Amino acid sequence: MSLGQRVSSDHQLARLLQIGVVLEEVVESRAAHHLESLPADERETIDDEVRALLAEAAEESAEHRERLETLVDDLDAETVAYEEINALVDAQYGPPEDTDGVLYDQLCNEETAYKFYDDLIEAVEASDAEFAIDRDRLLETLYDIREEEREGVEEVTEIMERRA
Amino acid sequence: MNTADQYLKAIYLAQRIDDGPASTGTLADLLEVSPASVNEMIGKLEERGLVEHEKYKGASLTDEGLERAHDALQTYCIIERFLANVLEVEEFREEAHALEAVIDDTVAERLDTIIDRPEECPDCFDPEADCCKYLEVPTRAD
Repeated sequence: MSLGQRVSSDHQLARLLQIGVVLEEVVESRAAHHLESLPADERETIDDEVRALLAEAAEESAEHRERLETLVDDLDAETVAYEEINALVDAQYGPPEDTDGVLYDQLCNEETAYKFYDDLIEAVEASDAEFAIDRDRLLETLYDIREEEREGVEEVTEIMERRA
Repeated sequence: MNTADQYLKAIYLAQRIDDGPASTGTLADLLEVSPASVNEMIGKLEERGLVEHEKYKGASLTDEGLERAHDALQTYCIIERFLANVLEVEEFREEAHALEAVIDDTVAERLDTIIDRPEECPDCFDPEADCCKYLEVPTRAD
């Protein structure tokens, strides 16, 4: 059992990036499910702000996923297709009760993604391993994505505070 | 998962393997660290009220330690199940051990939204097999 928090090989790095891709796919799929799961009358009244937030979250996740997929591809590994993850989300999905529940789930998504990239960056920085992909390019991609996740947390928090 | 939680999980599993207090030797084997490192960490966990240590017998979890060990094992089960069933990793045990230090509980909770885990988790974890007894293990697709 490795007790250290560092990424020691291309294989391990690829695996962690694959997990990042799945997390993004989960965010994208859950955002889509939330909109579909709300009753028709509530769907009409759901704030434009919340609707925009979910649409933006799905779009941003798709963009993050593509950036991660490029890295995974350069490490000669494969990622799980969105359709597969969407089907798994579908199988386990329990819709939140209301709009506040949707926002709370979205906050968890953003916070989790932020924590994941933060830990991954720390684990890459703590490692002396030579990766098959350029370390600076890897870290810059992860810094960018982490920053967008941080902004995402702030955005959801602001909406939640306004609604409280 | 931090180092303390990895130790608590190992003590929980070692207590099940040893059918009593967890011996330093079993813990050193499970964690792949030296007995000296185990003893040092046991001392720290004892100070925090998570473990009770009896000389020549071994370490046992307190109620608080048991609760944390349960959570840690559940997180570990999620990682193993995710690797085995979603990413279809054949060497899921080894990879889960290597990744558990980097995967936070909150991340595991999100991954949990797409896996099918038994209600009794983590009691169904088999320490000898090093995985859930209900886990469908992936086989190499040749």
